[in-house]
Amino acid sequence: MKLFNELFQQLDATTSTLEKVDALKKYFKRAPEHDAVWAVLILTGRIQKKYLTSRNLRDSFLRTTGYPDWLFEESYAHVGDTAETLSLLLQSLELVQQDDLQERPSKPLHLWMESEIPALGKLKDETARADKLMELWRELDADQIFILNKLITGGFRVGVSEKLVIRALSEVFGTASDQISHRLTGPQEATVENFRRWVSTEVSELAVSQPYPFCLAYAWGDRKDENWRPEEWALEWKYDGIRSQVIRREDHVWIWSRGEEEITATFPELTQDFAGLEPGTVLDGEVVVLRDGLVQPFQDLQKRLGRKKVSAATLKEQPAGFIAYDCLEWKGEDIRQRPFSERRKILGEALAGLSSPRLQVSPILSLPPGSTLDDLESLRSQSRENRAEGLMLKAWGSPYIVGRKIGYWWKHKVDPLTLDAVLIYAQAGTGRRANLYTDYTFALWKEEEGERLLVPFAKAYSGLDQGEIDELDSWIRRHTVEKFGPVRSLRPEQVFELGFEGISKSNRHKSGIAVRFPRILRWRKDKKPADADSLGTALQLLDSVAPAREAEASP
Amino acid sequence: MSLVRVTPDGLYCEAGDFYIDPWRPVKTAVITHVHSDHARVGSGFYYATHGSVPLLQHRLGEINCEGKNYGEKFKVGNTWVSLHSAGHILGSAQVRIEHKEDVWVLSGDYKRTFDPSCEPFEVVPCDTFVSEATFALPIYKWQTGAVTAKHLYDWWQSEPERPSIVFCYALGKAQRILAELTAYTDRTVYVHGAVHNLTEIYRAQKISMLPTRLVTDAHKDHDFKGDLILAPPSGHRSPWMKRFKDPQTAFASGWMQVRGARRRKGYEKGFVLSDHADWNELNLTITQTGAKTVYLTHGKTDVLERYLKEKGLTVKLFETDYEDSGEPT
Repeated sequence: MKLFNELFQQLDATTSTLEKVDALKKYFKRAPEHDAVWAVLILTGRIQKKYLTSRNLRDSFLRTTGYPDWLFEESYAHVGDTAETLSLLLQSLELVQQDDLQERPSKPLHLWMESEIPALGKLKDETARADKLMELWRELDADQIFILNKLITGGFRVGVSEKLVIRALSEVFGTASDQISHRLTGPQEATVENFRRWVSTEVSELAVSQPYPFCLAYAWGDRKDENWRPEEWALEWKYDGIRSQVIRREDHVWIWSRGEEEITATFPELTQDFAGLEPGTVLDGEVVVLRDGLVQPFQDLQKRLGRKKVSAATLKEQPAGFIAYDCLEWKGEDIRQRPFSERRKILGEALAGLSSPRLQVSPILSLPPGSTLDDLESLRSQSRENRAEGLMLKAWGSPYIVGRKIGYWWKHKVDPLTLDAVLIYAQAGTGRRANLYTDYTFALWKEEEGERLLVPFAKAYSGLDQGEIDELDSWIRRHTVEKFGPVRSLRPEQVFELGFEGISKSNRHKSGIAVRFPRILRWRKDKKPADADSLGTALQLLDSVAPAREAEASP
Repeated sequence: MSLVRVTPDGLYCEAGDFYIDPWRPVKTAVITHVHSDHARVGSGFYYATHGSVPLLQHRLGEINCEGKNYGEKFKVGNTWVSLHSAGHILGSAQVRIEHKEDVWVLSGDYKRTFDPSCEPFEVVPCDTFVSEATFALPIYKWQTGAVTAKHLYDWWQSEPERPSIVFCYALGKAQRILAELTAYTDRTVYVHGAVHNLTEIYRAQKISMLPTRLVTDAHKDHDFKGDLILAPPSGHRSPWMKRFKDPQTAFASGWMQVRGARRRKGYEKGFVLSDHADWNELNLTITQTGAKTVYLTHGKTDVLERYLKEKGLTVKLFETDYEDSGEPT
């Protein structure tokens, strides 16, 4: 735990990529393999098992210390994180190791992960659990307690990407980073053998079910590339589904989502279709709900997710489809290094033998030679009619790489839908935003029996810069009407322009509509609350976006 | 009638006709310490400790002012006043006021953690204690300055090829760091102009600190690699920083106890080092004074108020103009 804590403190104390990689390298050089394997899994977010909840930790603490409930809550409100609040209170109560520059023996990370934490998780008796927790805490200092608490509650995060961890491993062990990345895909056990396999410099056979690391795109933003030539780019619609890889090897089919979750069993009709592919084929594409050959909104797909057993009714109401983008392996050969133009030809060949209404090849959109960026923009503006969330631009010559690289793939999403809404509630954020009111609820006007009421319709957390957050926080504190626990109701005075990606009807929301990915675009200080939009406007927007969305299944 | 009360001009003692750390110009002011929210310009006459006087003159310019020894009783109006060490910064004092049978102590800002750059806190028994409450939440718990200084020293030494800049309050904190670091090194530390003048006033009062040099006095080719630099928080992300190539930066303040506070402000590293009392020190001090009535002035007063009331003390609040943040956040 001592080495891992040092690593965490170093990662946490810098925003520089180089320094982070250096800290990781230093760790991997010193840490025993048995601990390093755990560190890799923890840092790459693969270990998120929740042994106890934050509430359990808090209750255990209050039970053993007899600490006043309200004093804990006051402290929590200031810190915004239970794991950290507990570590600080334990330090303040002098119940745990104090920082006195003394070296103390500390249990290795793998012992915590394999014995101490699981054993704690098994204790069902609250007193026994509280006693055991205190015993574990007493061995550690405040920094280490924070980490332990995060590991117990499955909430460990630090600002480091999988890419950086792989880069550090690659530099320490001299293994190609593509190799490590590929070996890390799919579920992994924390064994010494696995760690050795990840960093082994020998080229190895990979597990037959494993997908390739996904190739990703950078956001186009508002690039103004004068030398842009349409003939160098493959243009495709960007669909809002689940980016997936289909692995057809030996006599099996596996479907993996980009989140490296196996979703084979969730989509049995697709799995059945893919059995018709030639063994030794890997495809990249988007899993969507496809009705009458048309891509349906993401909300429909959501109804298919997270189910182990799929009922006949669901299969009928939300029929899945697959839109193929790319072919990564063909006749058992890894073809990721070949140019996209060639892979697209092979993709056609690979799917030629299949005739299923559920499978489509993503159409390549064409712009005539000499087209400009303006023509590209006008194509993008047709995304919504084409049931897409924007355009993909892929260089015809690009290989299928691990991660993203400037100049290969771009995503160019449609501009968000917008509405002006009134801020009505605020709640303090957590973590970096603890003690600042940063979770906002917005409302639209609704006409009811000649009266205009504000109806809450969306929550948003992001979109303001730090200066605006501070300014709004201070405004909120001075214009609170009432407090309900952590939530403050506010004088309805501030108007914000909200952006979102999709809008649909919902009977779970008071307003009758649900929006996807809402965020703040601008603080409209120039607008009065009366100028904000109404639910009527929102409904018009809904109609304009989704003319054919009436057929939503009854709940 | 309360011996001290709040007026629009500041905390006022009517029996002695003087103010303690007034926020507007008054006839007679007793100053606890020289931080800018406690020592303001424009009053007719100032009382302060001998330690504070040079700092006060440096900050306020030409003033009518009389220096006092710690513990020396002097008569102001119908009261007896004495100044007692507060352990906050050089010259910092609590104000003890005695009127007939009634004894009040106003703490100003104070701390109990050992600090080699100023006199230690003195417990002064009283009937009524007026306490600050800047860090009055139990999550605040300080390690000794020696431990924090060792971490700071190790951090500095870990990057021999880069400048290491520590941002901290120019009065008190910077000198405390310079004094604490003498336990680990005798190297020269570079300082920002705002830190330099105050440090020289400390030196003149025989406070033992590392040798310092003004950043602007360094040779123009000097690259500051492996150097420690102390600067006030206003220097962070300012043009002043341009002269340092690829520095590592840290901030020394009690607020650094909370991870979110550090990340919000964009400092890479935080050293928890405060001039104020932490939660345990506040409670210990209030108990030790034996006061039956406690007034809280600034900071997280609501939490401490409830906590002390539940312990059976009479607690009241003074609405003052002193900064709640106490230290730059």
